[in-house]
Amino acid sequence: MTDTLRRFFDSDIWWSFTRSPITMLSAIVALICILGALLAPWIAPHNPFDLASLNLLDAFKPPAWIEGGERAYLLGTDDQGRDVLSAIMYGARVSLLVGLSATLFATTLGVTLGLLAGYLGGKLDALLMRICDVQLTFPSILVALLIDGVVRAALPREVHDQIALFVVIFAIGISEWPKFARTVRGSTMVERNKEYVQAARVIGVSPPRIMLSHVLPNVLGPVLVIATLNLGLAILSEATLSFLGVGVPATQPSLGTLIRIGNDFLFSGEWWITIFPGVTLIAMVLSVNLLGDWLRDALNPKLR
Amino acid sequence: MSGQNPLLEVRHLRVEFPTRRGTLVAIDDVSFTISAGEVLGVVGESGAGKSMTGAAIIGLLEPPGRIAAGEIRLDGKRIDNLRYEDMRRIRGKEIGAIFQDPLTTLNPLYTVGRQLAETMTTHLPITPAEARKRAIGWLDLVGIPAAAQRIDSYPHEFSGGMRQRVVIALALCAEPRLIVADEPTTALDVSIQAQIIALLKSLAREKGTAMMLVTHDMGVIAETADRVAVMYAGRIAEIGPVRNVVKQASHPYTVGLMGSIPPLDRRVERLAQIDGAMPRLSAIPKGCAYNPRCPKVFARCREDRPDLLPAGATQAACWLYAGGAKTHG
Amino acid sequence: MFAFIISRILQALPVMLTVALISFAMFAYVGDPVAIMLGQDFTEAQRQALVKDLGLDQPFWVQFGTFLGNAVQGEFGLSYRLSRPVADLIAERAPATLELAFTAAFLALLIGVPLGVYTGLYRNSWLSRFFLTFSLVGVSLPTFLIGILLILVFAVWLGVLPSFGRGDTVKLGWWSTGFLTWTGIKALILPSITLGLFQLTLIMRLVRAEMLEVLRTDYIKFARARGLPNRAVHFGHALKNTLVPVITIVGLQLGAIIAFAIVTETVFQWPGMGLLFIQSVNQADIPVMAAYLLLISALFVTINLIVDLLYYAVDPRLRIGRGQGAH
Repeated sequence: MTDTLRRFFDSDIWWSFTRSPITMLSAIVALICILGALLAPWIAPHNPFDLASLNLLDAFKPPAWIEGGERAYLLGTDDQGRDVLSAIMYGARVSLLVGLSATLFATTLGVTLGLLAGYLGGKLDALLMRICDVQLTFPSILVALLIDGVVRAALPREVHDQIALFVVIFAIGISEWPKFARTVRGSTMVERNKEYVQAARVIGVSPPRIMLSHVLPNVLGPVLVIATLNLGLAILSEATLSFLGVGVPATQPSLGTLIRIGNDFLFSGEWWITIFPGVTLIAMVLSVNLLGDWLRDALNPKLR
Repeated sequence: MSGQNPLLEVRHLRVEFPTRRGTLVAIDDVSFTISAGEVLGVVGESGAGKSMTGAAIIGLLEPPGRIAAGEIRLDGKRIDNLRYEDMRRIRGKEIGAIFQDPLTTLNPLYTVGRQLAETMTTHLPITPAEARKRAIGWLDLVGIPAAAQRIDSYPHEFSGGMRQRVVIALALCAEPRLIVADEPTTALDVSIQAQIIALLKSLAREKGTAMMLVTHDMGVIAETADRVAVMYAGRIAEIGPVRNVVKQASHPYTVGLMGSIPPLDRRVERLAQIDGAMPRLSAIPKGCAYNPRCPKVFARCREDRPDLLPAGATQAACWLYAGGAKTHG
Repeated sequence: MFAFIISRILQALPVMLTVALISFAMFAYVGDPVAIMLGQDFTEAQRQALVKDLGLDQPFWVQFGTFLGNAVQGEFGLSYRLSRPVADLIAERAPATLELAFTAAFLALLIGVPLGVYTGLYRNSWLSRFFLTFSLVGVSLPTFLIGILLILVFAVWLGVLPSFGRGDTVKLGWWSTGFLTWTGIKALILPSITLGLFQLTLIMRLVRAEMLEVLRTDYIKFARARGLPNRAVHFGHALKNTLVPVITIVGLQLGAIIAFAIVTETVFQWPGMGLLFIQSVNQADIPVMAAYLLLISALFVTINLIVDLLYYAVDPRLRIGRGQGAH
């Protein structure tokens, strides 16, 4: 273990990390977002879902540093008197949960299907790649919207509200898997024809084991890069769906939901209700994207 | 060596690559000359610095590589410290270049005629119509059949060997006095290699063009070069007339290199081999770079680095010749 | 050339058929159109009549055939939500979306390509670094937030540009255009920047990446070794090779613009197809969703065809490949 750690700190990746201030800053911002979201129930100043503590007299308070603001509500309050900072922390939780789950889902699905298509080839490969082709013709946000819309139409409203979170995760995940499948399939086909894999096949190692222990490790690098960049995209997709009002249910507001709610008060001057969740969303996505960009360059020796 | 001024003069050239783990010295104190019309072969294993020497001469070292010391003179004029724009006028016009892989050297989106014409109109005071006429002439000269029709073809419509002929035409079309040919036959089929070498040789002779021929193929060198420089770990191990280097090598490395070529005129039980491998640039040993592999190594080799010393008809960077009198026995 | 177009159209057919099948499946199986159309009170006889009327008692493939036949004639039935023919609804709103998308795409290309070339050529200049940072912010900004920020600054604080609607439009036949009135053009500014900014940064990053890739190739090194001036190497040799992959992705991005128009139209209450679609998703208005899906795919397929043709014009290797394939 210590050996692995030492190897990691001696590696080019760690070196390029320490050499890039922007990357380090992104890591810090991402960490703050993740910690703030994870620990929201314990560190948030208020509980925005505790209806008992909400008081309409507290509604529309501006941020603390502006005339009329209160120190208890650092970033102000919304139309219901909810603390914006706390709502953001709880909202980031939902955004991160959906983003991570959708990316994990898309990665698992894409890697599995990509491995199968690349290793087995034949009809399965042809079929899967045709599906990829068709799906990649459409922007992923449109695919996610359609899936969400269809599920919405197919299920009664109460049922849908209960599983809305899973529907969003499913819709975003499904809309992103072809990217992973394409990449993994390509690398798998290259690896499959290398001598060591052929040798493993000759001595009778079973195909699943070859795929898992020989082929998979070799395609993980690019998958990691795509997954990181995809996380940013998934968070954005969720925010977009929620902003359009078809994403997560109103009982579990994400950052996108908060922005949509705040948008109604933009013209009456209560800009903080929508801008602060927006800034949080940007910080989160930007730091994840910067990390992904850096990871891609660090893992791709050609660009160094 | 002839008394006249050399066409190309490389003196104490040093090329460095700054990396995160310190500066790598890719070319270390390399000196040689090429006279007008002369063919200098440069041989050595991959990574010995042959190609990089060529890149330094045409002023196209890949960053972060840079010339750290020494000078390169063309006709007595320094060219290693020219501004980009001044050096650009020399490239193609005074020094032509031929690259290794003809499949990737030509721009796929332009016809060969256009690529030839643009090279000529860049360097020569001629009209586009004249350039086109000359382009056909060049294609004909390098042995492309039906040149007048083929001039409007795209690179992918030619075979590898034919494309290398086009590359040669491109390198020669502004009539440079020196050609730097970097492994011009390595990527080609064996059957085509001889044709391309013969073409290069006859064109160089016909036009009086000097050539620096970088290769790891001793057969090509023996066939083509007047003199040969043997490179090892970024340094010149031995340099001299091709006959002497091939037949009576002085440097133990050259001896080993020649011993590893199968002779055609007699049977041998097994070929000689050199134990070990060329050191990486980050771990070049102290003293003579070859000392860990050298069968004739002695104490001084491990301490001091030898300069090129007269060794019979050639010059060798080897302490065996420190007396100046000793020749290869 | 003609054979090439035909073969591309043939390749596009399965995609269109798949999409049509999905649309039809949505139409036929999601929700219960009969129940929705009849409302609360109906007799069994009424239900039977409607089922027969809609052809729902026919076998699957017959229904699908009828659906296809109707779709080709632009017949998509009635909207559940608005009880008007879907075709009319879409025809009313198509000009708004197309004008918005066209303006956004134009902006994205006009600014994105030169920026990409510049940052690729002068990768270490401080201006390049600035553009690159700006582009990263651009790809990380969700479209709707860009819209909101623009509204906040230009409509709420400065009050110089409208924040919703199309302004005054002029009828040209059935097409209503906002290009011909001053308010129409003013109304177009914020939405088209919102929609185009993401694509702009994407195109810029793409062109830059391709440019860097091409600048590393042997033929560029050889062009330098031949002593060609930088201008010829960069804009003649490098840029043209960069264009080949860029055309493909830019083509796909034009499709994405149409899709993201949904978001922009929502933010700016732009009366286009996207707004219609999102309202339909919200209300489970399947006929509109199905029609929109089919229309969008037809648009994408057309764009892909144009991309292929451009590709064909730029890359001679493709032309020869075709020629040899023919005999």
